[in-house]
Amino acid sequence: MFEANSLAVIFVALMGFSILLYAILDGYDLGVGILLPLTQKDDSDTMIASIGPFWDANETWLVLAIGLLLIAFPAAHSHIFKELYLPTAVLLISLVLRGVAFDFRAKAAFSHKPTWNKVFKAGSLLAAMSQGYMLGMYVMGFEDTLAAYVFSLLSAFGVAAAYAYIGACWLIMKTEGALQVQAVNWAKKTGVLCFIGVVAVSAVNPLINPDVYAKWFAWPTTLYILPLPILCFALFVYSQMQLKLLPAHNDKGCWRPFVAAVIIFALCFFGLAFSFFPYIVPGKLTIWQSAAAPESLSFILWGAIIVVPVIISYTIFSYRVFWGKVQELRYH
Amino acid sequence: MFETLMLSRIQFAANISFHILFPTITIALSWFLFFFKFRFDQTGEPVWMRAYRFWVKIFAITFAIGVVTGITMSFQFGTNWPKFMETVGNIAGPLLGYEVLTAFFLEAGFLGIMLFGMNRVSARVHTLATLIVAIGTTLSAFWILALNSWMQTPQGHEMRNGVAFPVDWLAIIFNPSFPYRLSHMVVASGLTAAFLVAGISAYRLLKGDDKKAPKLTLKIALTVAMFLTPLQIFIGDMHGLNTLEHQPQKIAAMEGVWHTEKGAPLLLFAIPDEKEKTNHFELAIPNMASFILTHDLQGEIKGLNEFEDNHPPVAPLFYAFRVMVGVGMLMLIISWAGRIQLWRNKPLPRWLLKVLVAMSFSGWLATLAGWYVTEIGRQPWLVTGILTVKDAATDIAPGNVALSLSLYLILYIVLMTAYLHTIFTMAKRAVEIEEITDDEKVKPVINSVNTKESSYV
Repeated sequence: MFEANSLAVIFVALMGFSILLYAILDGYDLGVGILLPLTQKDDSDTMIASIGPFWDANETWLVLAIGLLLIAFPAAHSHIFKELYLPTAVLLISLVLRGVAFDFRAKAAFSHKPTWNKVFKAGSLLAAMSQGYMLGMYVMGFEDTLAAYVFSLLSAFGVAAAYAYIGACWLIMKTEGALQVQAVNWAKKTGVLCFIGVVAVSAVNPLINPDVYAKWFAWPTTLYILPLPILCFALFVYSQMQLKLLPAHNDKGCWRPFVAAVIIFALCFFGLAFSFFPYIVPGKLTIWQSAAAPESLSFILWGAIIVVPVIISYTIFSYRVFWGKVQELRYH
Repeated sequence: MFETLMLSRIQFAANISFHILFPTITIALSWFLFFFKFRFDQTGEPVWMRAYRFWVKIFAITFAIGVVTGITMSFQFGTNWPKFMETVGNIAGPLLGYEVLTAFFLEAGFLGIMLFGMNRVSARVHTLATLIVAIGTTLSAFWILALNSWMQTPQGHEMRNGVAFPVDWLAIIFNPSFPYRLSHMVVASGLTAAFLVAGISAYRLLKGDDKKAPKLTLKIALTVAMFLTPLQIFIGDMHGLNTLEHQPQKIAAMEGVWHTEKGAPLLLFAIPDEKEKTNHFELAIPNMASFILTHDLQGEIKGLNEFEDNHPPVAPLFYAFRVMVGVGMLMLIISWAGRIQLWRNKPLPRWLLKVLVAMSFSGWLATLAGWYVTEIGRQPWLVTGILTVKDAATDIAPGNVALSLSLYLILYIVLMTAYLHTIFTMAKRAVEIEEITDDEKVKPVINSVNTKESSYV
């Protein structure tokens, strides 16, 4: 059996892992949705084909993350989502709309396709922005102040830019020709926006949360944690340099911006996690105060230990099946 | 106007009612698809592949709506019913967790290969992916019905300081009403999918489609329905007996029995009157309710008087139960009539095809009515004997709930219109597509299937 205190840590780690995977995986497919052009028909088909086999499984990580929060930290779940009630409703409705638009655009009457493309794009954008808004409110401790709303709105655009950025990097990897050139341009622009967003959140977070400030700027912790922002900055620079070289001969290195973006996402996530741990509701509830009964957590943990590696292996299998450029995906 | 409790109830009912429509189709449709694909691998007959290709598209769209509308549920437990998780989260959490871990990922992980991977993996792996998706959908029903049944007939836990703690997980999962509710729901899904397949196939035939595929799928669907309807009636009866044992107040409301009586009549129709505690305009078969429920003409059925104010509202249960049974009986008659006609090697008359088209979504009606019986029948409890619905509700401002509820309702109307429109558009389009000739026949279980007629994206 597992001991109660370590169970809380294990579960918050599992939940963090799910959130990070969700942000990366659904991040790129939401990003592709945000970038979807409304005019060029062929491009939009290719772009959507590139995420077709994956989006459903990607969204399941959100269900797992929210599920783990609900199961392991029920008090935190109800606290957070009561505070974020309306943004959550917007998020859910956007996810529903873009999910169904994905299918309807291919199967409904042909004349309706442009409409469903618009729904897909708008749904993707709104879903990304509501997630960003929720992140902003979370970082601001759900304050009811003008500053908090302004910051959350900024964060909404930041997250949308970040998703568009990783989505563009995904397209560079999965497409070729004119669309790939277009994706490189998108990645350059959204990369800069994403960078600004990351800097803004990183600056505001310690300034408004004294606890976070104390954590980051305490000797010698600062020394250990310093490589994180430096590496993050270096990756942004590296990514922009790589983007200048793309598309390259023989498509050399087309995967590099995507890998860089994934690592940037992971670093930002660890930065946030480091800022707030062990609080699950900033400044109010720690993971130990809100954890569910150890007998329940043990029961689900045994399942997770067996099942999660299986999930990861068949997810990898699925990505291998659809490896390579997306043109091969389309069978007409 | 409405307060938060009522709005939350309406919102949850709207969300879960809309959501369940789609899994009800996909749980069984996935097994139909596995059957089509398996037969194709065995025989190499192109007709199986055509049936597969047509229905996999309908599956994809239905599955997508099911997934995205299901995500809303995982948020609402916390937002609208915070006390639910605080009181029984130790039980509900792991059951939901296992559903996500074992079912959702399995479905979602292999769905990509099932829908888009036919040319990328061998025929065997593709069939296997289809099978795994089918297992995933069924597993999902297993876990969610375990939780729902535990809420109806809780056991295997102990209460400490007003919070439920698990003691025996096997007892929790296999609680008394679980086997009945699970089989009732899985068979309901089978019937819903069977009537959908039959209805859309009939629609294609009516539109002048003379291909083999719709005839074949119509025949299979009618065969399945012919076997499942009697089975469902039998399971439903068992489920009723189980409910009588564990939740007698639910049965009393379903049957409109206000006062405990021996030899209670079966009410075919009546208007229950909650104020007067009696029924008006009764149309009844004497002693029949007692016979069905106790298998004894003079058997005693407990009336609502024994539960005072601790029983569910009567009218919704009474009507919903009759809607469910009525649709079930209609399904029985139509499926047998149709299948016998086919067995005598005669084409179905146009009127019967039209009835089948009209009944395409009859499974939805019966399933929803059945769920209303069991869920409203749980009132005033959320978890029987542990937590009432009233105590579980949130303290969010009613304006916010009203706003989110309105948004959801608009969304659902749009989605339902688009869904029905698309399904029939696809059926019409299928009528126009030419049938491939027999010399294009593809070989079974050989890597890379002929791709001529495949067009997913």
